[in-house]
Amino acid sequence: MLVSIKWLKEYVNTQELDPAELGEKITRSGIEVDAVIDRSHGMTNVVVGYVESCEKHKEADKLSICQVNVGEDGIEQIICGAPNIAAGQKVIVARPGAKLPGGVKIKKAKLRGEVSNGMICSLQELGIEGKLVPKAYAEGIYVLPENAEIGSDVVTNFDLDDTVLELGLTPNRADAMSMLGVAYEVGAILSEEVKLPEATYTEAADTAASMLTLNIDAPEANPLYVAKVIRNIEVKESPMWLQQRLMAAGVRPHNNVVDVTNFVLMEYGQPLHAFDYDSLKTGNITVRHAKQDELITTLDDAERKLSPHHLVITNGEEPVALAGVMGGANSEVSDSTTTIVIESAYFASGSIRQTSKDHGLRSDASSRYEKGVDPNRVIPAAERAASLIAELAGGEVLAGSIIFDELEREEKIVKVSPDFINTRLGMKIPFEDMLEILERLKFKTEAANNQLIISVPTRRQDIQIEEDVVEEIARLYGYDEIPATLPQTEARPGGLTPYQAKRRMVRHFLEGAGLLQATTYSLTSEKSAKQFALTETDTTRLLMPMSEERSILRQSLLPHLLDSVTHNTARRIDSVALYETGAVFLKTEDELLNEEEHLAIAMTGLWLDNSWQGEKKPVDFFVLKGIVEGLGEKLGVELSFERGQMDDLHPGRTAFIIHDGQRIGVIGQLHPTEQKERDLKTTVVLELNLAELLNLAADPLLYTPVPRYPSITRDVALVLSKIVEAGTIEKVIRGAGGKLLKDVRVFDLYEGDKMEAGKKSVAFTLTYFDPEKTLTDEEVVAVHDKVLKALTEVGAELRS
Amino acid sequence: MEAQLQALKTEALEKIASAANVKELNDVRVAYLGKKGPITDLLKGMGKLPAEERPKMGALVNVVREEVTTSLEERMVILEEEAINLKLQSETIDITLPGRPVRTGNPHPLTRVIEEIEDLFVSMGYEIAEGPEVEKDYYNFEALNLPKGHPARDMQDSFYITEDILLRTHTSPVQARTMEAKGGEPIKIICPGKVYRRDNDDATHSHQFTQIEGLVIGEDIRMSDLKGTLSVFAKKMFGDDREIRLRPSFFPFTEPSVEMDISCFKCGGSGCNVCKKTGWIEILGAGMVHPNVLEMAGYDSKRLTGFAFGMGPERIAMLKYGVEDIRHFYTNDVRFLSQFQRTEV
Repeated sequence: MLVSIKWLKEYVNTQELDPAELGEKITRSGIEVDAVIDRSHGMTNVVVGYVESCEKHKEADKLSICQVNVGEDGIEQIICGAPNIAAGQKVIVARPGAKLPGGVKIKKAKLRGEVSNGMICSLQELGIEGKLVPKAYAEGIYVLPENAEIGSDVVTNFDLDDTVLELGLTPNRADAMSMLGVAYEVGAILSEEVKLPEATYTEAADTAASMLTLNIDAPEANPLYVAKVIRNIEVKESPMWLQQRLMAAGVRPHNNVVDVTNFVLMEYGQPLHAFDYDSLKTGNITVRHAKQDELITTLDDAERKLSPHHLVITNGEEPVALAGVMGGANSEVSDSTTTIVIESAYFASGSIRQTSKDHGLRSDASSRYEKGVDPNRVIPAAERAASLIAELAGGEVLAGSIIFDELEREEKIVKVSPDFINTRLGMKIPFEDMLEILERLKFKTEAANNQLIISVPTRRQDIQIEEDVVEEIARLYGYDEIPATLPQTEARPGGLTPYQAKRRMVRHFLEGAGLLQATTYSLTSEKSAKQFALTETDTTRLLMPMSEERSILRQSLLPHLLDSVTHNTARRIDSVALYETGAVFLKTEDELLNEEEHLAIAMTGLWLDNSWQGEKKPVDFFVLKGIVEGLGEKLGVELSFERGQMDDLHPGRTAFIIHDGQRIGVIGQLHPTEQKERDLKTTVVLELNLAELLNLAADPLLYTPVPRYPSITRDVALVLSKIVEAGTIEKVIRGAGGKLLKDVRVFDLYEGDKMEAGKKSVAFTLTYFDPEKTLTDEEVVAVHDKVLKALTEVGAELRS
Repeated sequence: MEAQLQALKTEALEKIASAANVKELNDVRVAYLGKKGPITDLLKGMGKLPAEERPKMGALVNVVREEVTTSLEERMVILEEEAINLKLQSETIDITLPGRPVRTGNPHPLTRVIEEIEDLFVSMGYEIAEGPEVEKDYYNFEALNLPKGHPARDMQDSFYITEDILLRTHTSPVQARTMEAKGGEPIKIICPGKVYRRDNDDATHSHQFTQIEGLVIGEDIRMSDLKGTLSVFAKKMFGDDREIRLRPSFFPFTEPSVEMDISCFKCGGSGCNVCKKTGWIEILGAGMVHPNVLEMAGYDSKRLTGFAFGMGPERIAMLKYGVEDIRHFYTNDVRFLSQFQRTEV
């Protein structure tokens, strides 16, 4: 809502407050002033000029050489490039030395050899948005009314010496979508009275009813309809003051009739519509629900197909307007219109909202109906419009109105006790102060039995319950007056759940391991939704996605995380190690989805880079495997790895992560094709069902005594077939080693030239230990021989 | 013999003085004090002296031996030190070469902000509540006093999956769920999480972002309690000298509703580019829980009252760290992420 302060002053005394101060007071009391706009933009030296003569420039056919009377300084030659310049016009002249919006300074100039002493201006050049300039002047200069005084200052004479407050209205304050509503608000803030506009005109002898009949077939959607008929009007340009009011309010002027309906809409917040009476043809207005597939062409020249939940105004036969949203082209007021019907109606908000949504059409009218207009302003607004049209278009208002009225418009009664107000606020506002605030709000209030009985004016439909009154009192009393206390609640320790605490632990562990935490989007494309998913389910698609790229809920974190890796490598950051935790979305029988918290890791480039000391270690499967193993230990969860396959992962370098027999994750190197597709070098990845891990309760932590006896180690080097996995051999060793074998570790792997084809050498360190005593050589030899025997039995060859 | 002894002494002392290193000095020791050295020879030759001269001569030899030994030891200390210094010098390294990098990661800036807020409220006795990101329309809107067709639904155009299921537009449904689950008991929670709205991504809008909301319900919870709580939060988060101010606002789920500004932490309130010359920065929305919301969750709104507040970690992070584009939080550029490593305290 744009509020011209000059306009506002017609209804309420703003106490000569500076616009910024007034704006601050409005903001602090409840309606946020988003911007304070100076309509003059600091303009100077812009005057009314009279074009005495206008000739084509000999050197440039688009330029005209004008002799312009600028008042005291006489005639000045000005070159003008506007197509609509003509002798005999009153125009806006920026004189040399003038400052225009956007820092433009006007100087004497020569254009193609001809002197130009200033500039003839368009409204755009005065800082008015192009979409607000009347169509006739949109492509050229603005032509002032004939009675404009030559040489007079344009800024002060045409209301550009004005400031506009841009209000950011919350949905509850529909009352402030009108100048009067804002006047009531300012009046309440400043303790000033509101002066209502006047509607005075002389009625013709003939009655409106003699020319127009009215049928309301949908009273629940349209419980109040007022029509007035005005004849013998002259449709023309509106006077300057009206055009300026509208432009200040962000509305484009059209002609005097349309402008008056828009002016009254802005003034009262009551949408009005004017029909060309002759175009209606039938002398009838019928309001009804549209028929299935009925068509209407609206004022914006769009043909719209209707259905029965849309409300239409018809002439008894065909639609002439989409009720409360936009008029029809077939009944539009034109320059040749002589008789009009003014409609002022109350349409139920739900119906308008639906219509507006279905047609993607929001107008100043529909946005007010959607939020609910004041039922008590429907009739006064019609009268006000009739009076202004009679004044500005020279019309004759037919006697009376045609009215259908089934609208309830009782004032809402809210009862609230002063104690209730003070208890809710934690304050002690005196009773008299509460009464004074309600008086400023113009809420009729009776005080009885320690209760305030408040009749809420119909313009304030947001006031329904006691708490609403609490807010009204508090905001006008001042929120700064509320003391700061802390809740007196039962003292209970706050804290993280074990799940939340462990999630943080995972975070710290991974960051300690050198990974950066990333955050990516949950919405993805059909193509990426299931890539690397751990569970097969159908995808979940948005009803109305904004783009295909963001149309499906992800089932794995990796695709977007890998996009982030590529983002970095494309910027020559070759080593990237990212992790993310977040939900993936899996379809279930239930209407809600199964949201599973996952952990994903993606790493590429160097893991260790200590270049001047010559240490460089690229990331590989085992770097990531080590991180996962470490994480398992941290969480006290046993994890194992099982060779596996997954699309887009390297078939020989992929493993599933197993816990308690269940696959809970996958780790692997990206398939070379996928790497190429993503423009990546060797990249290893993890996708893990983190929730599964975090939901497990860890065992109590009990210490094992620090060994008092030494342990003994033995190394074993084995020649194995290449296809035999170290893990298999480790199991054999552990099986044979019994309880004295404390640890088995791979310490060397050799697959080089010196090995026979198809063979490799793997070396293990075995640690023997007895917590009860120092092991003797014989004891170790006994166990170790058993181990060696077991190894030989499975075909492992001892290497000397 | 005495003269011979003196000459020997002078000769030894000269050699000691000119010994250039430990080895040479040891050679001197062996040469003069060794079993085959001249001093030993002299002592051996004592037998040839008359008996009355022997004690005098013996004493004299001993004095010379002492003197040579002392001088030798002193010289040894110096030479050893020189030797060590030489060794140390040869071992000198270029300490300006870079150290071996310790590889560390760090949390995402939003996590950093969220955890800081979590920790603050946890220390004041709050619990952290979480809920689904794909929500029922009922919890996201209806239970929060936003029935179908309510004009305020426009404020947050949403991503629907079916007519009744959508991506939550705020973390408030977690409050609604918690209230329903607590069945009329007092509550003190904060709810962090991801939320989604139909916005085109640009420098200040993101279709996915995060929120943290708080909810306190109990007997006689007053608006002054909300103000006090927010004041503690503002000081802890943005500095002890922060002031707060409340401005009336509107949210369907609270009444009265407020927006909270803090005095600008950059200029202290005198006006700068961070606060757009106003001295104040808008930080969060809050209010007293609407009685309809309480009643819908089964609370007796006459007996129990509450307050709620909600804020955007993106906005806080942008203000705190001076980040100018919200898309940075979702692009995961390493050069951005790795800046949130160090402590601020």
